[in-house]
Amino acid sequence: MNERLYDVAIIGAGVSGCAVAREVSRLRLDACVVEAEGDVCCGTTKANSAIVHAGFDAAEGTLMARLNVEGNALFGELSRELDFAFDQIGSLVVCTSEEGRPALEELRDRGVRNGVPGLRIVERDELERMEPNISDAAICALFAPTAGICDPFGLNVALAENAAENGVEFIFDAPVTGVSKSEGVWELCTAQGPIRARVVVNAGGVHADELHNMVSEQKMEIVARRGEYELLDTTAGTHVRHTVFMLPNEMGKGVLVTPTIHGNLLVGPTADDIDDKDDTRTTAAGLRAVVQKSALTVKNIPFRETVTSFSGLRAHQSAHEFIIEEVADAPGFVDCAGIESPGLTASPAIGRMVAGIVRRILSPEERRDFQPQRKGFANLNHIPADEWNELIKEDPAYGTIVCRCCRVSEAQIRDACRRVPGARSLDGVKSRTGACMGRCQAGFCTPRILEILCEEIPDMDMEHASKCGPGSEYVVGKIKGSLEGGGQRA
Amino acid sequence: MDVMELICIRCPKGCLLRVELEARGEEPRVLSVSGNSCPRGDEYARKEICDPTRAVTSSVPVRGCALERMVSVKTERDVPKGLVLDVVNALAGIELKAPVRIGDVVLANVCDTGVNVVATKDCLA
Amino acid sequence: MLSYDIVIVGGGSAGLSAAVAAHDAGTGSILVLEREPRLGGILNQCIHNGFGLHSFKEELTGPEYAARYIQMADDRKIERMLSTTVLDVSPKLVVTAVSAEQGVFQIEARAVILAMGCRERPRGALNIAGCRPAGVYTAGCAQKLVNIDGWLPGREVVILGSGDIGLIMARRLTLEGAHVQCVAELMPYSGGLRRNIVQCLDDFDIPLLLSHTVVGIEGKKRVEAITLAQVGESLRPIPGTEKRYSCDTLLLSVGLLPENELSRQASVELSPVTRGPLVDESLETSVDGIFACGNVLHVHDLVDFVSEEAAHAGRKAAEYVQAGQERRPRREDELEVRVSGGVRYTVPSRISPSSMDERLVLRLRVGQVFEDCYLSVYAGEKRIVHRRRQVVAPGEMQEITLRRSQLEGLEPGSHLHVLVEGE
Repeated sequence: MNERLYDVAIIGAGVSGCAVAREVSRLRLDACVVEAEGDVCCGTTKANSAIVHAGFDAAEGTLMARLNVEGNALFGELSRELDFAFDQIGSLVVCTSEEGRPALEELRDRGVRNGVPGLRIVERDELERMEPNISDAAICALFAPTAGICDPFGLNVALAENAAENGVEFIFDAPVTGVSKSEGVWELCTAQGPIRARVVVNAGGVHADELHNMVSEQKMEIVARRGEYELLDTTAGTHVRHTVFMLPNEMGKGVLVTPTIHGNLLVGPTADDIDDKDDTRTTAAGLRAVVQKSALTVKNIPFRETVTSFSGLRAHQSAHEFIIEEVADAPGFVDCAGIESPGLTASPAIGRMVAGIVRRILSPEERRDFQPQRKGFANLNHIPADEWNELIKEDPAYGTIVCRCCRVSEAQIRDACRRVPGARSLDGVKSRTGACMGRCQAGFCTPRILEILCEEIPDMDMEHASKCGPGSEYVVGKIKGSLEGGGQRA
Repeated sequence: MDVMELICIRCPKGCLLRVELEARGEEPRVLSVSGNSCPRGDEYARKEICDPTRAVTSSVPVRGCALERMVSVKTERDVPKGLVLDVVNALAGIELKAPVRIGDVVLANVCDTGVNVVATKDCLA
Repeated sequence: MLSYDIVIVGGGSAGLSAAVAAHDAGTGSILVLEREPRLGGILNQCIHNGFGLHSFKEELTGPEYAARYIQMADDRKIERMLSTTVLDVSPKLVVTAVSAEQGVFQIEARAVILAMGCRERPRGALNIAGCRPAGVYTAGCAQKLVNIDGWLPGREVVILGSGDIGLIMARRLTLEGAHVQCVAELMPYSGGLRRNIVQCLDDFDIPLLLSHTVVGIEGKKRVEAITLAQVGESLRPIPGTEKRYSCDTLLLSVGLLPENELSRQASVELSPVTRGPLVDESLETSVDGIFACGNVLHVHDLVDFVSEEAAHAGRKAAEYVQAGQERRPRREDELEVRVSGGVRYTVPSRISPSSMDERLVLRLRVGQVFEDCYLSVYAGEKRIVHRRRQVVAPGEMQEITLRRSQLEGLEPGSHLHVLVEGE
């Protein structure tokens, strides 16, 4: 049993929880992150559009609008501090009929009121120059230069590593099954035993309502809204240069088409509310819809270059608003719930806001030795030869390429395992290093990465090496293991 | 007289063979083979009817080799088709020590077939 | 900067054969770059037999076949760098590579032979709907786990795709203790060799379900079940034909694609059909001095033909280097090879009669099964080849030998036309 009394226990190691953890780690507090899965970035942060929204979408005056614009403004600095990939490529909301123009102008005006800089409407001629593959039906578009794309795994991991370096403890494989309070101390009932804390932050993603409802009479409901995507090879990565949205119209909300930070092309998402909050399956109908809807804004998308399809869940709350507050009838329990799009964009601001609430409750001192910098993983795709050679001189494993599609070396994979919190599975290696994300989809490199996991992680062996934790092991045993045997040495 | 169709497995071409059989008695007797584009097809059909055999390949662990963990192996010649699974079973539990050279006997006279299982890969120490 | 006459990218069956042939054609300075720590490429994990009947007149396993070529390369003292990944090939024939030993370095070449092989189409390329658990492997990945590393990937297995690797793995997994429930194939015919259906499926009573595909994958962490459905003529699933199979493993053997990332960087023009480089009679690509052979050029069924094709590329690259500045202006008599009537592509796709050898092997694939048909080649109006075939199928590469005399004297700008004819 964990006898420690934490000042703060943050439930959920997604981007919200880790952003909170990093901001809390600026304070002289004993903090931990309690995560149901075996790694960070296993829920909504793992599968989304990876867009840094400009902030014209959310209704004026909402928390969502404010944190979106604030978060967007923080991204550049944060990406330099924490060394994760972010590229401000700009976004376009495409309008395909004159009837739609007033709605587009309304969107621009709302953006202006939300404080989004640089918004302007571009007409067909300019639009075509910006996006040669724009649909023939497009007449104009709202251009938002501050929108961007990022590496959501990289951001999530960076926040977690930086929080850990500044003293936050991570407790994995600890789904919270009960929350109670006695003598002013919260007790979380988890698979890793009880965890006690003075303040609890609920960043439980699609499960945040269940946690909230354990402590409050004011019930909350979070619906898992599934979005399906198709990811195309890097050969299709320049099909568009900006994130291209469709102006919602009578045909629906459309899907976005965007380059990704890894150079692929991403198309999606659909939106279906589902009952099972862990059901991230894709459906034939959903994937068909992705293809059909994308054609409304972008032509000739080379879907034959698709390398994978996936789906992600958004933690949708009926009022479509972030709920970030100390729960009225549960002092010391802070919700960070309903964090759906633009939650990724808002995460830096969410972290600050929640840390502010924690600060108000516990009145801690600032930590003077807070270390804001974190060094990212090497990226061998964009490295000058002399810098790469420096790396190889220090560690020759930087010269041994394991993932050929994404150019990831043995050294990066070992680095991913050695960091805190480190990779414990193939997906953990993938989200940290970008390995396995390419065109072969791990076909070539899986065996070697599993071997490295076994070499790096104490008590790990091939039979336990997994895709994403227990139950997702890759092999069932040695060959001939189930045979009777009986052979003898010649 | 019975007629059977077989696909020759002696080479990648995969000729469709037509085999005429005398059906009397326990042991079938091949009267004629057609459809083959070389003599191996004829030989294969007669053998496949009366005494079907297969080559078996597998791999077994090796110790002491920096590069390889497994050594690939094969039966030096075909073994009776009915013994294929027994041959693999007989290899369970065998572990070699490097160096191993192509052709080294891994298991002699496997399943009393008179056929040796040999290494098909060099594994240097 | 290092400098070699010929740099060969890839030390598998194609690269080794090209190296040996280039050496035997008189080129002394050859370097083979291989990313794995051993030569031989994918043959190392193809431990089954059936290789070499054509080249060596005996039946060898993959590692034995590779060993023969490695021995030939050793005998000729051909230089190689292992565990070395090529990062870039420039149109000016500068090859950039990296290894733990040497770091990032460059090599100047007078000719480059691309021999990188191919890769498997992953699940995403098929867009199979469902969960994304562990337990979905490409057949080649499973083959590596089993044959090179000695691990069994699962116990209850369904295989999608009846290409040769899928068939071979059905047998392999069965022998090693797994239960293969069935092999499903989208097309109404198998993509693999007939003999592999006999010796890999029929021998073990593994059913082959033609015109079937996977329509669902269940299992959050590891595969728990998959759903197969029958497909109609449009290759779309027929509602109501779904059948669920409880299993822990789905193996995909759904096609191979030439691995041409480096070719693209070198500005080599690629065929939209084969996805490999467009080459001439010398297997030279659209970039001067860059040659291609083996599965990077187009996916082969048999390694013997890879070796043969690669040897041709090796000899031609050697000739290219030896000709040096003296090379005569080429290609004025070039003939484009066009295809129709069921033929999907040919390699090469352009032929200069004055540059070709006495004989040239034209390799091609068809798009569907034809029985009792003819493979024909027309030069202008004149039919110069008319070969009867019992069966031609997409899974079996066809070869036609052209003689130079058949192609000489054609009007400049005319073309060859290759097609399947009923009579």
